[in-house]
Amino acid sequence: MRKWLIWLPLFLFLGFFGLFASGLFKPDDRVIASKLIGQSLPAFTLPAAASDRPALASAQLATGAPRLLNIFASWCVPCAAEAPQLMALKNAGVEIDAIAIRDARPDVDAFLARNGNPYSRIGLDARSGVQIALGSSGVPETFVIDGRGRIAYQHIGDIRSDDVPMLLHRLKEAQ
Amino acid sequence: MIAEAGLAALWFAAALALLQLFLVGVGSAGGKSELLDAVRPVAVGQGLLASLAFVLLVTLFLRSDMSVLLVASNSHSMKPWLYKFAGTWGNHEGSMLLWVTVMGVAGAAVALFERALRRDAHMATLGAQAAISLGFYAFLLFSSNPFARIASPPTDGQGLNPLLQDPGLAFHPPTLYLGYVGLSVAFSFAVGALLTRQVDAAFARAMRPWVLGAWVLLTLGITAGSYWAYYELGWGGWWFWDPVENASLMPWLAATALLHSVTVLATRDALRAWTVMLAVIAFSMSMVGTFLVRSGILTSVHAFAVDPERGSFILGLLALYIGGALALFGWRIGTVREGAPFELVSRETMLVVNNLLLSVILGLVLIGTLYPLMTEAFGHKVSVGAPYFDRIAGPIALLLLIAMAAGPLTRWRRDQARVVAQRMLVPAIVAAIVAALLGALAWGRIGLLPYFGLVIALAVGFGSLAPLWKRKLRRTPLFTYGMVIAHLGCAVSVAGMACDSAFTVEKLVAVRPGDRIETAGWTLYFQRIMPIAGDNWTALQADIAVNRGGDAVMIHPQSRFFTAPPTSTTEAALLTRWNGQLYVVLGQEADDGRWQMRIWWKPFVTLIWLGGALIALGGLLSLIGHERRGWLHRWRARSAA
Repeated sequence: MRKWLIWLPLFLFLGFFGLFASGLFKPDDRVIASKLIGQSLPAFTLPAAASDRPALASAQLATGAPRLLNIFASWCVPCAAEAPQLMALKNAGVEIDAIAIRDARPDVDAFLARNGNPYSRIGLDARSGVQIALGSSGVPETFVIDGRGRIAYQHIGDIRSDDVPMLLHRLKEAQ
Repeated sequence: MIAEAGLAALWFAAALALLQLFLVGVGSAGGKSELLDAVRPVAVGQGLLASLAFVLLVTLFLRSDMSVLLVASNSHSMKPWLYKFAGTWGNHEGSMLLWVTVMGVAGAAVALFERALRRDAHMATLGAQAAISLGFYAFLLFSSNPFARIASPPTDGQGLNPLLQDPGLAFHPPTLYLGYVGLSVAFSFAVGALLTRQVDAAFARAMRPWVLGAWVLLTLGITAGSYWAYYELGWGGWWFWDPVENASLMPWLAATALLHSVTVLATRDALRAWTVMLAVIAFSMSMVGTFLVRSGILTSVHAFAVDPERGSFILGLLALYIGGALALFGWRIGTVREGAPFELVSRETMLVVNNLLLSVILGLVLIGTLYPLMTEAFGHKVSVGAPYFDRIAGPIALLLLIAMAAGPLTRWRRDQARVVAQRMLVPAIVAAIVAALLGALAWGRIGLLPYFGLVIALAVGFGSLAPLWKRKLRRTPLFTYGMVIAHLGCAVSVAGMACDSAFTVEKLVAVRPGDRIETAGWTLYFQRIMPIAGDNWTALQADIAVNRGGDAVMIHPQSRFFTAPPTSTTEAALLTRWNGQLYVVLGQEADDGRWQMRIWWKPFVTLIWLGGALIALGGLLSLIGHERRGWLHRWRARSAA
């Protein structure tokens, strides 16, 4: 009885070790699913963030056709990195609106002049209120909005070039 | 040049650790004692070189040398110097370097100052210490080099997570690390004792100061971390049962059990196998904690450096050290003679009860922390939250508290149950009075756990002072004072927790400047919102005049924006009074110009951390009390020579 009891801690530890190892090497599926998926956008009205694009309100996002809503900021480095992919999506015929987070109009203008402007409308969310209501925790993030103004998909982080076909597929599904 | 010198120092330190292990191995196995003579200087040299590497990294941070990858990705030239300094360990590589530095210095201290152990056990301990250090050196040199350069340095760095930009947090991680590493020394002692078959009272006396020191630092670190989370995160809570918090709590629970059983072994020569086991478990918990935090295996609000490669390296170390120690335990402990016997009613038994209850809490916290991982292995995703931990840990902690009051009132070796019960009379009467009063005043309005928490805390508060009853206070040994104060601290903390959960008043309002808010007897007059600027942040700050009957006091909750990296944090306004804290958080502005504000009145919440400080103070007094005689003795011997 005592004899095997002495080895019990070692066996327990081996069990934990197996658990840790399986947890560490299993494929990563830590995608955070937003609670808002399938729900309507929260209502908001935002002033214009750029001098040559109109302002944005949630009502304008339910026009029958699916579209993208991109959350960005001029001070955000990954946002500049994803700019070419947004341009590619726009060239593929996707309508993209945007919300600029805690930004200033001259900064947004400079950012768009430097990185290109794929957006139809840009709203300014000066204190992140709308961002939080959307369940977004950082920049950049991109929402796929269906024709009735409901959130079909939330993409956290920058859009890489291999994400573009996936987003086009999601937009088609949201039809 | 500084970075290269730092890397070189680190390589040399690692080489000395290898040499130290080799000298101990060959010297002990072949009986070549001239090899063993070199072990102590080598250990000291290793400690010095590791410290040099750390000092050089601090220099790089203070000089904002952006050509070093670690500095560029974790610092910013605009930061106040204190946070450049603290930024050294506010990241993965730097904190690992701090870890090996502290281990090296601790090893040097064991080499220089340890006198109580027999030579072979002392050498085996130093060998074990070198073996542990080697793993961490390898980790730094092969997988997380803190001195790596970048080819094209950026003009400025990316900054430190602004949540960490707080004086409290600048010193909370090093305190915890010192505690973790102190436990590594206890682990080395246990391995050394097993290797040389010397698990006895002398071994316990040699190990005790390290356990006590580590425990004091862990206590301080956890208390500081809890207070930081309370005022910085702005959610009004003081403990979240987050995996990272649990990672620091579990070693503390094991160290608390170890502290008590090592005392039994040192004074009564009982509980030999159990003490060795706890020494292994305590350090294992430090390593498991490090693994959980560093591997990203569990999602947490403050896990950082999420990286499976690093995770697998630490997992390898975990398997090597803990698995090795447990195997050694199984192989050798059978040959260790049983210690001194004791009767059922005795202080030894009370301490065994304490150990068992602490171990049960430890096991339940470990299961709760790892449960999401277990279910995920079977395809479900579950998260275990505060309610589970509160419900399971709360009642056992209250039982533990009762054992804590009874333990010091029980005699070593043999006592009579009737006499112990008599000594418990005063606490029992206090408990009855408090239970009746509280029941009459607040029955139905406070939960069962806070109710029993308050009753037991007040009774234990009296009970823990009982060992001083009818004693000559000036001739009472210092470690008795230490025990009394630490136990009193536990009662004070529990009373604070119970008051916080029973009597807190919370109010969420949306107000405009000029509005007045009444809550829990306080009047808050919201005057205005002003923008202000700090060193590397800007903030919106509210000016609020608060009063409760008397004169108004101004408080200033803020919402801060940092530019590098872009983040916002809440700076809650805290107003401390003798009977509690007023806690005000400024929230978002709504479209109509009203501001969200969250207000808490938290009666006696400060007792939680006051208790933590008392516990640490008690540990410190015990440490001094136990060691003073030895120090005096050695000092006299040296001055005589």
